[in-house]
Amino acid sequence: MSTHGEEDLLNTNYLKAGTGVKSWLLTLDHKRIGVMYLVSIIMAFFLGGVFALLLRLELLAPGRTIMTAAQYNRAFTLHGAIMVFLFIIPSIPAALGNFIIPVMLGAKDVAFPKLNLLSFYIYVIGTIFALFSIISGAVDTGWTFYTPYSTSTNSSVVSMTMAAFILGFSSILTGLNFMVTVHKLRAPGLHWRRLPLFIWGMYATSIIQVLATPVLAITLFLLAMARVFGLGIFDASLGGDPVLFQHFFWFYSHPAVYIMIVPGMAVVSELIATFSRRAIFGYFAIAMSSLGLALVGFLVWAHHMFTAGISEFAAMLFSALTFLVAIPSGVKVFNWTATLYKGSIWLTTPMLYAIAFLIQFTIGGLTGLFLGTLATDIHLHDTYFVVAHFHYVMMGSTVMAFLGGLLYWWPKIAGKMYDETIAKVSFALVFIGFNATFLVQFIMGSRGMPRRYYDYLPEFRPYHAFSTVGSWILGLGFIVYAYVLIKSLRSGPKAPPNPWGSAGFEWASESPPVLANFREVPTITRGPYDYHLTTDEELFDGFPEDAPKKA
Amino acid sequence: MNHEPTVQMPGQWSTFAPNVDFIFYFIYWMSVILFVGIIGAALYFVWKYQRKPGVKAEPTGHNLPLEVGWTVAPVFFLALLFHWGFRGYVDLTVAPANAMEIRVRARKWSWDFEYPNGAHETNNLHVPVNRPVRLVLSSDDVIHSFYVPAFRAKRDAVPGMYSMMWFQATHEGTTNFFCAEYCGAAETAARGEHGEEVFSGHFSMIGHVVVENDATFAAHLEAINGPPTINGVVATPAQWGAQLYRSSQCYTCHSVDGAPGTGPTWQHMAGHPVTLTDGTTVDVDANYIRESILNPQAKIVRGFQPVMPTYRGSLNDRQIDALIAYMQSLQ
Repeated sequence: MSTHGEEDLLNTNYLKAGTGVKSWLLTLDHKRIGVMYLVSIIMAFFLGGVFALLLRLELLAPGRTIMTAAQYNRAFTLHGAIMVFLFIIPSIPAALGNFIIPVMLGAKDVAFPKLNLLSFYIYVIGTIFALFSIISGAVDTGWTFYTPYSTSTNSSVVSMTMAAFILGFSSILTGLNFMVTVHKLRAPGLHWRRLPLFIWGMYATSIIQVLATPVLAITLFLLAMARVFGLGIFDASLGGDPVLFQHFFWFYSHPAVYIMIVPGMAVVSELIATFSRRAIFGYFAIAMSSLGLALVGFLVWAHHMFTAGISEFAAMLFSALTFLVAIPSGVKVFNWTATLYKGSIWLTTPMLYAIAFLIQFTIGGLTGLFLGTLATDIHLHDTYFVVAHFHYVMMGSTVMAFLGGLLYWWPKIAGKMYDETIAKVSFALVFIGFNATFLVQFIMGSRGMPRRYYDYLPEFRPYHAFSTVGSWILGLGFIVYAYVLIKSLRSGPKAPPNPWGSAGFEWASESPPVLANFREVPTITRGPYDYHLTTDEELFDGFPEDAPKKA
Repeated sequence: MNHEPTVQMPGQWSTFAPNVDFIFYFIYWMSVILFVGIIGAALYFVWKYQRKPGVKAEPTGHNLPLEVGWTVAPVFFLALLFHWGFRGYVDLTVAPANAMEIRVRARKWSWDFEYPNGAHETNNLHVPVNRPVRLVLSSDDVIHSFYVPAFRAKRDAVPGMYSMMWFQATHEGTTNFFCAEYCGAAETAARGEHGEEVFSGHFSMIGHVVVENDATFAAHLEAINGPPTINGVVATPAQWGAQLYRSSQCYTCHSVDGAPGTGPTWQHMAGHPVTLTDGTTVDVDANYIRESILNPQAKIVRGFQPVMPTYRGSLNDRQIDALIAYMQSLQ
């Protein structure tokens, strides 16, 4: 009887398998852990977004608008630290990845379910440290914690570095778990050449997480030692070197840029394939370019330091290596565009986000050329040009992919559909708002407006005012987006197993999936984008072998 | 060379500005072409291949020449950009041997410039036109970065090391310099000249670069060594001190009207006793003021933090005398 009951449980909708708070907080189900991450990162995104709106409001006009200089410095530090460590790094991998990876692989769960839950709680503990730091005076160092400013300021640096230190372990464990899952838990027939590009991207991301994050941990640990015990490693007056901190920090934080963007690329590859009903052009090139980015991402850290006093030889080397990044990035953009050619394109909201990604990632990538080129970087470094550039990559690309991916997989996650019309309204607001906020910042920056300025010269006022108005449109777009999700949860129609008619493996599961993801272990007989091998019925009803028997 | 700012770039005021701008606009137009090409194609495909009933997507094929082509072709562009960028960087980095040297000391939140004749100036840099000038930068506290947009030049000032930058200005006039590396801000506002709230921090480490001809430059160096002339009359020490109070930015911490600040107000200070942090009392006489300017941490007034930087080396003896006279006038 008990085995029979267990089987019933495994075949229950994951949202109904167990009730009560405890069944969530102690769950080992990757889908529930993914949902808990999702709720956490959305709260982090909200908090970071509030700081962003406050910053933009302060910059609406020169001089004091709503806060003091010291408060402004805390606000931009918290915006950056929350968005990077609490939101964007765990966003796609820990929330969407946790939910989708095992389903895509035809597995019951990740390789180490308990470790998965542990990494969630490590994330929670890290978040508590970050919140403690905010309450106890907050940090004013910038999310980069540059020494000797960070060792001499009397703001709450140690608790925030400990937060990032702890969050790093969550990231490492998640990466490790995903790598093992991809190696060991693929369904029969799912060989590497058939691996969905989302999996390839997450795999590349996991490698970076596992290899780079320990360096951040060491760096932040040394910083905390310097503050608490006066360790002189970064202190020039004790024989240390403040620039060494920048090397250590960027040795993690540049690869971390790829922890942030590669998952975005991974999501967009899925979106474009599904909504074009066509195999991704250059599948192998896209898969390898994710690994290529993961590798080259480790070799370019000092391009953040061209004005910091590194040697001319080092500057030359890092500039040359930086240009290598352009090649895999370009390959991906060309391949996505070529996939659209002769496709059957369905402009759903997730697809609109994928196109927004394509546009904004192209701008973010091309403006990177100005910064990799030494002569122009000297002028543009630490100006709003850099701010605009990385927001186009982080927000204009990764966040767009996250928003699109969340709506795309929403029928799987919630088991309900969302309102397509209102979702398109929110997309329009987000797209217009984002570009209005950040496009002018390129001009401000190349005109010489330095970043992290509380006050500015009157000549920059029109640009700042325009950017601030853009941030309001963007904020409104996010409110409408949240409304779309809440409305769907309250009154959305029940989702079919495969609402988009995708050939992707995850759509063969029910919506929402059962606790074990599939009632029987699926056997994979084709690639995830082989639309020419599918029938119309398959695309809309899931794979015949897994579909519930029709009457 | 265009001295006026354009939509995207500040005016070109140095020998390297035209080259930097050439590379900038080359990348810009290349990017515009690529962007229009890629996104134009993508949007056209989205419009042209909209889902229609009964029309299926064409299965994706392979096109090796195309794939190899768009992997390899960018390499040539990138190599060109790297080459130009590095050449320009070498120009920006290697100063000519005959460059005039100006010593730049950064501290929270002001810049001190020391000219070859020993004269000092705060937050104002005067340079001769059409002559190479080499700046030797250092920092007294945290990392700062000296940035002159019109010269397209920037370099960090790092504690514990000297860093160098150089430029040759090509246009007479006044332009702005900025601090480009984040360096914090004061927790509270000080009182400005007219009693207004003045915040200081990273964003206030800005000032003017004055590019002038050799004769004006030489006259300026002479002038800043001695008392200024006000309405054709040489200033009294107290007047000179009042001017130094402003130009050396003493006002960001010390008010002269009794208003609270980071440091004690100067109103009714000189000639009166003050209590120190260790409980002892000293008279604020000329020697105490001098000591507090040159060695500010020695005797801290009760209720204040030991945060004032030393002005040793940036104020000469006559300037210190002038400040003492000014303080004594504030009764």
